[in-house]
Amino acid sequence: MSDFLKGGLSSAPSASVDMAAKKQAIMDQVKNEIAMANAQELINVGNDRCYDKCITKPSTSLSSSDETCLSRCMERYMEAFNIVSRTYIARVTRERQNATGSSAEFL
Amino acid sequence: MADKFDEATQRELTNFLEQEQAKSRLQASVHKFTEQCWNKCITGSVSTRFSRGEESCLVNCVDRFLDTSLFIVKKLDEQRGALPS
Repeated sequence: MSDFLKGGLSSAPSASVDMAAKKQAIMDQVKNEIAMANAQELINVGNDRCYDKCITKPSTSLSSSDETCLSRCMERYMEAFNIVSRTYIARVTRERQNATGSSAEFL
Repeated sequence: MADKFDEATQRELTNFLEQEQAKSRLQASVHKFTEQCWNKCITGSVSTRFSRGEESCLVNCVDRFLDTSLFIVKKLDEQRGALPS
């Protein structure tokens, strides 16, 4: 009886393990691509904003002060992203707790 | 890709994708606010850290934008309510 059960069960797991692995692979890939797109967006916009701020008069090459400004600016842009993210998520959470319905609109 | 996912797995994947889409929408808003609030708040030269004023401006910028959006919706709602139907 126990042998029969074991035999009966052992064929199913290998198929479902295969399935679970495929499912996990899809989820991982989706998450990776989203993370990648996010990073790209952040870098692209940071690039624009920091170019505007730091390179006011383009010359024949980037000076070391241009480079200092650019790296500080990128660091600050990412910090700003984190501050905004924290604030927004806190607000959305608060609105959801406070009221139901209309105030969740801006999600 | 010969064998298809069973129903439970398909449902799980659908839920997963919906959740990821919701998160992406949220992220898109954060990107938009970051750029908008950066333009509004970071007007001087950048240094190795934000000043207190800059940091609180960023926080206020997000909260006031959301207040604005709620306010406008409320106003429009009131105007619609005042109309004779």
